[in-house]
Amino acid sequence: MDKLKEDKIIADLLPQEFGKQGRIWVICLLFFAALGVFAYGRQLYYGLEVTAMRDYASWGIYISNFVFFVAISLVGSLITAVLRLTNVKWSTPLTRIAEIIAVSAITFASLIIIVDMGRPERFYNLFLHGRLQSPIIWDVIVITTYFFISLLLLYFPLLPDLKIMIGFKERNGKWLQKLYEFLGSFWKNTKAQFKITDKAINILAIAIIPVAFSIHTVTSWLFATTYRPGWDSTNFGAYFISGAFLVGAGGVVVAMYIFRTHYKLEKYITNDHFDRMGKVLVLLALLYLYFNFNEFLVPAFKMKKSEEEHLLGLFTGEFAPIFWFAIFTSMFIPIFILLFKKGRRPLPAFIAGILVVVGSWFKRFLIVTPTLLHPFLPMHDVPANYHHYIPTWEEWAIAGGSLAGALLVITFFARIFPIIPIHETIIETESLENEKHF
Amino acid sequence: MSQNTRRDFIASSLVAGVTLAGCATKNPFTAEEIPDVKPSGEMVKLLSVDGEIIEVDKAFLKPVPALPASMNTIEREGIAGKKFAMVIDLSRCKSVKKCQTACNHMHHIHPGQNWIKVYPMQDAEHTAPYWQPTTCMHCDEPPCVKVCPVDATFKRKDGIVLIDSDRCIGCRFCMAACPYSSRVFNWEEPKIEKEIADKPYSCETSVPQKVGTVGKCDFCPDMVRQGNLPHCVSACPNGVFFFGDILEDTVTNGSETFRFSELIKDKAGYRLMEDLGTKPSVYYLPPVNRNFPFENKVESVVEEKKA
Repeated sequence: MDKLKEDKIIADLLPQEFGKQGRIWVICLLFFAALGVFAYGRQLYYGLEVTAMRDYASWGIYISNFVFFVAISLVGSLITAVLRLTNVKWSTPLTRIAEIIAVSAITFASLIIIVDMGRPERFYNLFLHGRLQSPIIWDVIVITTYFFISLLLLYFPLLPDLKIMIGFKERNGKWLQKLYEFLGSFWKNTKAQFKITDKAINILAIAIIPVAFSIHTVTSWLFATTYRPGWDSTNFGAYFISGAFLVGAGGVVVAMYIFRTHYKLEKYITNDHFDRMGKVLVLLALLYLYFNFNEFLVPAFKMKKSEEEHLLGLFTGEFAPIFWFAIFTSMFIPIFILLFKKGRRPLPAFIAGILVVVGSWFKRFLIVTPTLLHPFLPMHDVPANYHHYIPTWEEWAIAGGSLAGALLVITFFARIFPIIPIHETIIETESLENEKHF
Repeated sequence: MSQNTRRDFIASSLVAGVTLAGCATKNPFTAEEIPDVKPSGEMVKLLSVDGEIIEVDKAFLKPVPALPASMNTIEREGIAGKKFAMVIDLSRCKSVKKCQTACNHMHHIHPGQNWIKVYPMQDAEHTAPYWQPTTCMHCDEPPCVKVCPVDATFKRKDGIVLIDSDRCIGCRFCMAACPYSSRVFNWEEPKIEKEIADKPYSCETSVPQKVGTVGKCDFCPDMVRQGNLPHCVSACPNGVFFFGDILEDTVTNGSETFRFSELIKDKAGYRLMEDLGTKPSVYYLPPVNRNFPFENKVESVVEEKKA
């Protein structure tokens, strides 16, 4: 490939400074993140009293937000590992987007679980007195493992790009230059180095699949290891994982669209990518729908007494509006949009992606709280407000702040590093051209 | 120092009513040791650790800080050779709720929350309504203990399931796991008098409750250790609650005592949610030949279910 083309790719993909829009976006996110920190300050001061959680609804939107973060982080393994190992070439430009979503989501999953704790200052007890029989300890172990594997899967493919970026000393400025050199000055583009990293990436790509399955299966077990109606299900691991791949893929489509339009990357994130990701989304939505059928309709067929109140609460009762909203926005409507070729163009696919992500967030809420409000023994001998759960502004601010925080991490990552792998794009373009010559 | 001698030490210093500072070679009661106190000249006779009568100036006496009844490790082990159980006779309950009041009072439970709940139950449309008081079931296969990540809730040798509020991280997994809804959470700083709040915490008294941790019925092991009955048992005017030791095969409500096995056999005792496999230590006697008719003056059972 000639030098000109290569320079063009590099120039296109180098990280850019925030424009006006970018600055407004960052300021908005910082505002929401700060609001979340302020609300958490209040929670630390007054205790969990500031939330709407009470003895029956003892887990609320913090936990559903945690499940959401763990779910969306699974996409890292789907795009980087599953597609890589099955030799799918078109996903290369999406790997870094998927991996940074994974890293930032899993980071905020850990943070939000600390926010939910009544005594966060005793977090060290998990290590001092940890008991292996508790699913929480399993979650701590697998989430930590997943975090580090994801971080390495983000870092290794970044090394050749770091070398490219170190070459732009004046463009980078002092601070970024130092960061790039710190992270990647040892990288010399030698054959031996490529051999080692390729091997390492392959090993990590294989290792991350069982770990990814574990993080969400174990998260589902936080619920499925209890007796409660709506949670007591052998279907839960698979149900959670299929839902996780769906929301993660939806998140990637949304991010693809935003990066593409904002950084003018139409040549790299092409219409074809949206078409293919659209098909992936349909497949995953159908898969999730299948598990939802199992999860709701099989118990509904029997209508055991303990399940009845819970199921009716979802289908026609207190939670019916959220339930049907979540089912339609996370599955039916996206499937309907994306089944058509026109629906898989960037903008409609982007809208479908947003629907999936929003619907999935509410779906997580429905998994956590309604079950707690339908205990075996009727709710009794408690103050009236214990019978319902409507999150307080502090809870919304903290949950929103954590989402803003995760988006900030992704935003700043894209500001500092090329969001589409430069080196890999050059290699891919080269090999494509070689194929044409033959 | 072994645990026994340590306890003896604490006990004897309680008798002496003084805090011993320094070692045996020095006289701990001289003015140099406590420089800001002047001798008053008034002497008091005391029993020393070695069993000798000693004289001490009154000015040097200071109250021993309140100490927990026993150590955490002992509390976690439980009372040797015991296996506690409770029998609740539904035919005697008319929801007077003295059990609840006594329990709330003695454990300084947050207003509005209850460790003991008295449910108006009606299993189906044409079945008889009855009152069902519930405590913690102190399961032999406790789901809460299984899920606790830090061993803050634990099962003792004597069958009692307790919470160590000094260790609890407040994750509330145990609350989700308990099918009997017997656990409550201290969502805010407990509203208790300073005197109670300053007491040293003990898993056996469950006092004082601590913000950000879980609480529940503890079978009053502090009372049991002293040979007394749990507060709910002695507070009930109708003798609904029986407490005792399965190994001794005796349960009592204070005025009547039964062979546990015979009582369960004669009255067809059962446990709640047997199908879950939790193996509760609380047994129920069915609401037959009742002492009182079922009267729900506060609210009808139907309304309760709707809420």
